[in-house]
Amino acid sequence: MENKTLFDKVWDSHIVKSINGSSQVLYIDKHLIHEVTSPQAFSELKSRGINLFRKDKIVATADHNTPTINQHLPIKDAMSRNQLDQLTKNCKENDIELYGLGHKYNGIIHVIAPELGITQPGMTMVCGDSHTSTHGAFGSIAFGIGTSQVAQVFASQCIITEKPKSMRISVNGKLANGVSPKDVILYIISKLGTNSGTGYFAEYTGNVFENMSMEGRMTVCNMSIEMGARGGIIAPDNKTYDYIKGREFAPKGKELDDKIKYWETLETDEKAVFDKEYSFDASDIEPMITYGTNPGMGIKITDSIPNIDNTSFHKSLEYMGFNAGESLINKQINYVFIGSCTNSRIEDFRIVAKYIKGKQKADNINALIVPGSHKVAKQIKDEGLQDIFEMAGFELRQPGCSACLAMNDDKIPKNEYCVSTSNRNFEGRQGQGARTLLASPLVAASVAIEGKIIDITKTIL
Amino acid sequence: MEKFVKLTSNAVPLAIENIDTDQIIPARFLKSTDREGFGKNLFRDWRYDKDDKPKSDFNLNNNKYSGSILVAGDNFGCGSSREHAAWAIKDYGFKVVVSSFFADIFKGNALNNGILPIQLDAEKLKLILELIEKEPKTNIEIELEEQVIEVKSLNIKESFYIDAYKKTCLLNGYDDIDFLVNIRKEIEEFEKNTYI
Ligand code: SF4
Repeated sequence: MENKTLFDKVWDSHIVKSINGSSQVLYIDKHLIHEVTSPQAFSELKSRGINLFRKDKIVATADHNTPTINQHLPIKDAMSRNQLDQLTKNCKENDIELYGLGHKYNGIIHVIAPELGITQPGMTMVCGDSHTSTHGAFGSIAFGIGTSQVAQVFASQCIITEKPKSMRISVNGKLANGVSPKDVILYIISKLGTNSGTGYFAEYTGNVFENMSMEGRMTVCNMSIEMGARGGIIAPDNKTYDYIKGREFAPKGKELDDKIKYWETLETDEKAVFDKEYSFDASDIEPMITYGTNPGMGIKITDSIPNIDNTSFHKSLEYMGFNAGESLINKQINYVFIGSCTNSRIEDFRIVAKYIKGKQKADNINALIVPGSHKVAKQIKDEGLQDIFEMAGFELRQPGCSACLAMNDDKIPKNEYCVSTSNRNFEGRQGQGARTLLASPLVAASVAIEGKIIDITKTIL
Repeated sequence: MEKFVKLTSNAVPLAIENIDTDQIIPARFLKSTDREGFGKNLFRDWRYDKDDKPKSDFNLNNNKYSGSILVAGDNFGCGSSREHAAWAIKDYGFKVVVSSFFADIFKGNALNNGILPIQLDAEKLKLILELIEKEPKTNIEIELEEQVIEVKSLNIKESFYIDAYKKTCLLNGYDDIDFLVNIRKEIEEFEKNTYI
């Protein structure tokens, strides 16, 4: 019996060869691309006269720059339009499958690949995007790469990289009412810090993850990069197979049966040793919110902002307009953003709709709801959630990254607070001078209704 | 890629921790489809106020600091995978970034662009940052073959880690694509054994 981790099993089976030092040539099963990080890779290939090696292993979408209203009209911003045109042209020239604007499969790359059945256990997947870690929820090794590496994968379907170290994060016990997967990962990052995972790949284990839906697991793996880890991975189980079955690009019939037999071997052997281990008790986790300018600066929503004697910490509080020792409860908020590859799947919107049904958003609130894909948008409509959102005064937009990084017109104004379900609260992330507080969809919904931060645990019991 | 062998230069100190790639190059500048020209927007929102006037309290705007080495606080380059961050640093004129910790993707992106990331322990980094702030004309010497960074006036001579393959690439100006295209046959063999 071998003593391998789940990560080792998938990684080792994709090594083409080792080269000097600790670098290895790693084979990539799926290469996801979008408009922002691919154009320079295409031009590099072209200028060096190198042809694309495996076009059928590439899936392309447009998501970062896309407008969330009037997607059928030409994009107003000339540079955004140019970037999208470039992607279309590059995909056409290289015969790559593109789910561009207007395509029924279009959406945020990390939302569409799983929902189309492209993401599968045991795969290696890369994308010029750090939140590629999302796909680890299926027991695949998925991580973000830079544009030079995008060009490498174009040229060879491989990258040269060192093997990351392994770390295991276990969470066991019962989550309290109102505590969601987003709270679990925000809690973990607040405990471990934003660089605890650097150089590592994290496996999440324990009954909390076992009991989580696939959507929840994706939320957790999505934010692995926020503690510095290249990616996160969760062992596949029946829930994983059931999620994949029947999706557009999922294996079918005998092929599926064979695959499942293989997928069932993808778990960490009992005696496998990790380089680092952490474990947490589910009952310690409460609804979370961030108060600073990195995702590690999170607290339980009922806690006060800590006081840390460090210039970077004070710089961060100054940007946010908060004081050490202050509580965030009752803080007035004018913007709520529910979307991004962290929380824009149907389950997220069901939770929001359930909470706001029959209620009205507060007058001071601008509440933006942006589905992760056209498929999610359709589900929102089909399940009647659209009516609930509209009746409550929320603005339901067309799919895309939107105010998660504000490359399109969806920006939060300077100095305004935004409670956001996205994954980064960096300075200016949602617009120049915008102040982001990360939270779960449920917390975001409660803020939209109240116009301020409340202790959600009191209202949902 | 440009070769990197050795370098002696002054340095610009940036004693801020967790500098993320959104600060290095904000998302609104990622719409370009070229690799050039990002240097003018390096640290844009820290460097310029809302009327595009340089902020006098930011070290890149301070004439007393110069050189092609950036010395930054812990956990440099965290956040997004945007290689634009490395392009901006290079385009501005930095060839080396020194910190006590680098985010993985940034480190890879830097090396793929001929920028050398040097990781030092936190104590040494603090000493160097303090010295440059006091003595901006301090020289820092870097020797890649020996993997050594030296600050004579502090009596600091430290060796740093770099993967052997990456070191060869930097010393010779090779990049990964040449290597990978040359082993396409082996990759095809791998595919045959694994996927058929
Ligand atoms: S939603 Fe945000 S984090 Fe996710 S891919 Fe888009 S920009 Fe990146």
